[in-house]
Amino acid sequence: MNEFNGEIKKMMIILSKATLENVYAAFVLANGARMEGIEAEMFFTFFGLEAIHKKKLEHLHVATVGNPAMHMPTMLGGLPGMEALATGMMKKEMEKIDMPDVHEFLDILKASGVKLWACKLAMDMFHYKKEDMIDDIDGVITVGDFYKQGSGLGSHMLFI
Amino acid sequence: MTDFSQWNKEVGEAISKEANIVLSPRHWQVIDYIQGEFKKEVPLSIRRVGKSGVVDIKEFYSLFPNAPLKTATKIAGIPKPASCI
Repeated sequence: MNEFNGEIKKMMIILSKATLENVYAAFVLANGARMEGIEAEMFFTFFGLEAIHKKKLEHLHVATVGNPAMHMPTMLGGLPGMEALATGMMKKEMEKIDMPDVHEFLDILKASGVKLWACKLAMDMFHYKKEDMIDDIDGVITVGDFYKQGSGLGSHMLFI
Repeated sequence: MTDFSQWNKEVGEAISKEANIVLSPRHWQVIDYIQGEFKKEVPLSIRRVGKSGVVDIKEFYSLFPNAPLKTATKIAGIPKPASCI
């Protein structure tokens, strides 16, 4: 135990996936931290960058292949239109429980004081430019910079 | 405090002092809104508060730093909303 008595001071959340269920998990965790008075920062890397990509963030899908929680044969999940169907169903359910869409959720995170960082290495790999990303990001940084952001007692890292 | 009927402005002031918040007229507007929603049995969330037209999310966080929904409902004398958003 440290001087904070194990209290969580800051959540550093790394999002590496672009499937809707993972993006939402990361967003809910970051927002939930702020709601409890815990600082939160997000690092978008690899496919996670799509969640802050201006043109892509509105077209994220639920994974229907290789997702055992879909409870259907993997081959069916690969059929045309299946991802769109599952995504549509999930979005409808989320609206019912007052869950914002990706765009609005990013606005909420920003307004709540969550820092949004894009991974430099992944940006270079995908040939993305800073202008391709939403205007609200705090910057394009390296993993070392992100670790520096997360230094201090009571800081926790989470990889999604 | 366990019952909303026990709440009055003095109780609100006392709780706000514990949270190191000096209540301004703007704070009271937000507290009034929150109590109104509670009386109407509308579940509260950060998103709902942000869309209320009373206060936006950024200002809500600046009025009640550190866990705004938790702090504001506490001052307002109502239970903490069981919301993740």
